[in-house]
Amino acid sequence: MGGAHVAVGTFSQSGASADSLAPHGVPMAQGVLRPNPSAVPVQPHGRDHNHTHAIARNSGRALEMDWVDEIRINLSAAERRVASLPGRRTVKKDAQAAWLLKAITCIDLTTLNGDDTTERVKRLCAKARAPLRGDLLAALGFAGRGLHTGAICVYHRFVATAVEALDGSDIPVAAVSTGFPAGLIPHDLKLKEIEASVNDGAQEIDIVITREHVLTGDWRALYAEVRDFRAACGAAHLKTILATGDLKTLRNVAKASMVCMMAGADFIKTSTGKEGVNATLPVTLAMLRMIRLYEERTGFKIGFKPAGGISTAKDVLNYQFLMKEELGRDWLEPELFRIGASSLLADIERQLEHHVTGRYSAFNRHPVG
Amino acid sequence: MSIAHYFDTMDYGSAPEADGEARAWLKRHEATFGHFIAGKFAAPASGKHLATIEPATGKPLARIAQGVAADVEAAVGAARAAQLPWAKLGGHGRARHLYALARMLQRHARLFAVLESIDNGKPIRETRDLDVPLAARHFLYHAGWAQLQEREFADHVPVGVIGQIIPWNFPLLMLAWKIAPALAAGNTVVLKPAEFTSLTALLFAELAADAGLPPGVLNVVTGDGATGALLVDNPGVDKIAFTGSTEVGRLIRQSTAGSGKSLTLELGGKSPFIVFEDADLDGAVEGVVDAIWFNQGQVCCAGSRLLLQEGIAETFRRRLIRRMETLRVGPPLDKTIDMGAVVAPVQLERIKALVETGVKEGAEKYQASGAIPAEGCFYPPTLLWNVHPSSTVAIEEIFGPVVVAMTFRTPDEAVMLANNTRYGLAASVWSETIGLALDIAPKLQAGVVWVNATNLFDASVGFGGCRESGFGREGGREGIYEYLKPKAWSGRTARAKLPPLPEASTEGAGFGTPSIDRTAKLFLGGKQVRPDGNYARAVLSPKGKPLGEVGEGNRKDIRNAVAAARSAEAWARVTAHNRAQILYYLGENLSARSDEFARRIGELTGVSPAKARAEVEASIERLFSYGAWADKYEGTIHTPPLRGVALAMHEPIGVVGVVCPDEAPLLGFISLVAPLIAMGNRVVAVPSERHPLAATDFYQVLETSDVPAGVVNIVTGERDALAKVLAEHDDVDALWVFGSQEASTMAERLSVGNLKRTLVDHGLALDWYDRAASEGPILLRHAVRVKNIWIPYGD
Repeated sequence: MGGAHVAVGTFSQSGASADSLAPHGVPMAQGVLRPNPSAVPVQPHGRDHNHTHAIARNSGRALEMDWVDEIRINLSAAERRVASLPGRRTVKKDAQAAWLLKAITCIDLTTLNGDDTTERVKRLCAKARAPLRGDLLAALGFAGRGLHTGAICVYHRFVATAVEALDGSDIPVAAVSTGFPAGLIPHDLKLKEIEASVNDGAQEIDIVITREHVLTGDWRALYAEVRDFRAACGAAHLKTILATGDLKTLRNVAKASMVCMMAGADFIKTSTGKEGVNATLPVTLAMLRMIRLYEERTGFKIGFKPAGGISTAKDVLNYQFLMKEELGRDWLEPELFRIGASSLLADIERQLEHHVTGRYSAFNRHPVG
Repeated sequence: MSIAHYFDTMDYGSAPEADGEARAWLKRHEATFGHFIAGKFAAPASGKHLATIEPATGKPLARIAQGVAADVEAAVGAARAAQLPWAKLGGHGRARHLYALARMLQRHARLFAVLESIDNGKPIRETRDLDVPLAARHFLYHAGWAQLQEREFADHVPVGVIGQIIPWNFPLLMLAWKIAPALAAGNTVVLKPAEFTSLTALLFAELAADAGLPPGVLNVVTGDGATGALLVDNPGVDKIAFTGSTEVGRLIRQSTAGSGKSLTLELGGKSPFIVFEDADLDGAVEGVVDAIWFNQGQVCCAGSRLLLQEGIAETFRRRLIRRMETLRVGPPLDKTIDMGAVVAPVQLERIKALVETGVKEGAEKYQASGAIPAEGCFYPPTLLWNVHPSSTVAIEEIFGPVVVAMTFRTPDEAVMLANNTRYGLAASVWSETIGLALDIAPKLQAGVVWVNATNLFDASVGFGGCRESGFGREGGREGIYEYLKPKAWSGRTARAKLPPLPEASTEGAGFGTPSIDRTAKLFLGGKQVRPDGNYARAVLSPKGKPLGEVGEGNRKDIRNAVAAARSAEAWARVTAHNRAQILYYLGENLSARSDEFARRIGELTGVSPAKARAEVEASIERLFSYGAWADKYEGTIHTPPLRGVALAMHEPIGVVGVVCPDEAPLLGFISLVAPLIAMGNRVVAVPSERHPLAATDFYQVLETSDVPAGVVNIVTGERDALAKVLAEHDDVDALWVFGSQEASTMAERLSVGNLKRTLVDHGLALDWYDRAASEGPILLRHAVRVKNIWIPYGD
């Protein structure tokens, strides 16, 4: 797979007008190796990867309006695809346990509430370090392998707290930013907010796009905005939240996805968790197809993060199936797949205990975050 | 494999569905079955059994009875005995039974799903998520028609005992499609399942009896093709409904010809899957998966011909090949697979041979690289690229997981290529432009069209084909009529033989000023033309007085008439309003000459002036009636369970041959031609052989009424000889024969060339003055074919 990567920075940008839209003065880090959030000593890609695998970082590229205009997506067809998938794929027994353990490594354990406090965040960080009871880890053969969640996701106010609490853990801190969740504060303040979080140690920035740009079809404005966010992130990774529940149509979702990737997004993410409708499988399908197309055209692998509404083990498996089927094995790892969730972990813990003991479990048997 | 291993590889592992219950059922029967007749299992009269295998393993599965004449006779007898009481039970009573059958299927859903998967080799996902729920839905839906029958079909009665022969690709679902409407409408059934896959039918019959279905209402006779032939030929059967190959469909049409048995044939296909450049390409790629890698491609309506607009063909090829790589082929009971086993070794060999032929003829072959089980009947998903219309694999139905691809340039060319086949079952159109998609759908020769979808089925939407894909519909209101017959046709009696005409009298006319000679020619393509052979035949009065001469039409005249009718295709597309206007205008112009026509009828038939005038008046009224129906015999909008609609459009059948009776020479002719042209068909009419002048006089009415050239063509001459040419003509889409029993038999028998639809009277006379029997929907139903266009929507 490594050979397929397009070397960063060699992307030719055609035409003066395109140049004028290209990222300017953006310190685009080359091939940043993400700290591997999973310390489990595994071949990350299973089959034929004997080399150290790095995800080449998306350099972004000039806005190509053809790539936006040509997008067609049929809702009914998309719904049929995702409706039939759970019947076509399933994992049972040991395979299921493994897939759920993998899901844990992809969770961005999240608290984004008005009543968050330092102590609350510390508690969550402790859970991120030890997401599963020790006896269960041992029974599953994962004791001592440092299994932890993909990240901790908090508001800027708690970034420093989380960074400190996670010190030495390899768990990155993600900050929601740019006037999350509505994203309607002044643009310069958005950039300042990103910079502040990066300064506090956030390695990932989850920004929200200005939905108005999508709803009015102002793709140039969306591109410019996200390009600025990317510049402000520096080495931190940029996750662009589309707030798909606000965008309504899969066409809007797909177009916004493509524009964000061209503007340099490292991840595209469905929702803030605050919209009326959060992550859904059809929306996921639309976004994954854009990721596939972007990789086909540029060689860059873009990550995907569904957020909101994924609260059961069964739910998360369906997302994993869709990732694997639409994008492939690489997209099951935390480098390219994150799940924004607050209550999912508790259900996975119960399922894994059931796998170990054969008895149905209860929430109170698992320590909270 | 350990958890850590799965964690590293993120493989799926296997997820086998438990088959204990299904195996236990087989064991309970010692894997040996009799027929199911009159409510219980009956040992085969011959004592012989056929062995069936489990396709996924090749191992023996069960032994089913080989039906012989005595078995078929017993089953038909049981069905006959049950039919009257079953009909008398009334709609509500039958609704209760059909409801109970639906509930029975739901109650035992998993048992049916597992047994079907074992027996057929199809994935448990499909049997569990599609076959069984759709079968249950079929019974629920038709319980509804039973409930409403007395009100909605008050002028119809059940056909009687129905022989039904179903294929192996959807054993239980096809059973449901067949027996639910038949039983709902008050018929009883003898069902012959396919010999590869009889088990779910036997299980169904057993559990139906347990659920209280009265004995004899549903009988199952198993066996091979010979058993099916016995059922087809059994004189106690009133109708045959068959789903299967076009080859066998032809044999059935031939052997039932003239028997009076009505017939529904749902046959093969080579359905186009058209992708325009403005389609959701990824959605369409998934569509191909559902079209051809559903049920291992063993689907009569499988989208097996991929037509791609040139600009996107290469992109589509790449994406499709990529998608093929993620398809999983494996044991049918594994819940993580997309494709299971092909039904039998003989099918596997056929698929392999056809693919080989395709490659030899220049196709590029792509097959998914994923592993397939070494044992059992497995074949990988296959794409044949760069296939030309003349290639064998573009023409022949492969009935396997093989799609062939070719390109087109324009929408017109897409339609041309799509219709360039002997079949006409289904089609799939992919475009995000509503105007384009809805323009293309009506132009496709197919009984079902899916817009941005494929292989959608529902009990409320009629399914069936045209051309060599057969005729008749299953599902919807249109499907119920296949199991009913009109009350108004029940009392018909054999047409009285007319006395032979006397020798022509040769008295001279004397020296008075003679009338100007009017030798009627033929009426072809809007012109009066001399017959090809340049012979004429005399027309005499009942007393033998020469009344004139008409052209002696021959084969070539029929050929020319059909060509003229074919080229008048535009008639199908003019507005219904326009057709209505022309029919009224015909009535107006006939009225202006009513005295002349009455005089002519009087001379020709010897009826009284009052009767002759009555025939003209009835003819004028009939033209008005079809002027009225032209824009009112409309299709319906079905509401299957999805976000969308299915438009059941009434489309013209095409070119229809009409062979007219001798009685009522004008009214009979008008009564048959008018409903056909009202619906947009083009007609080649052979008027009464004895009294053709009533029709030839009509030339001038046609000429003065703005009827476009080629819409009505008239060939006079020896009626049955001309009828034979029409029956054998493969560009005639339907044939109506009203005359003798012999002509009816001949028409049905010879219709097999292109499997044209026939409407014949078996020599039973219709009262053309009885509106209930000879006017309106009773004939209009035969003048249209129902095309269901599925339009899922949403944004």
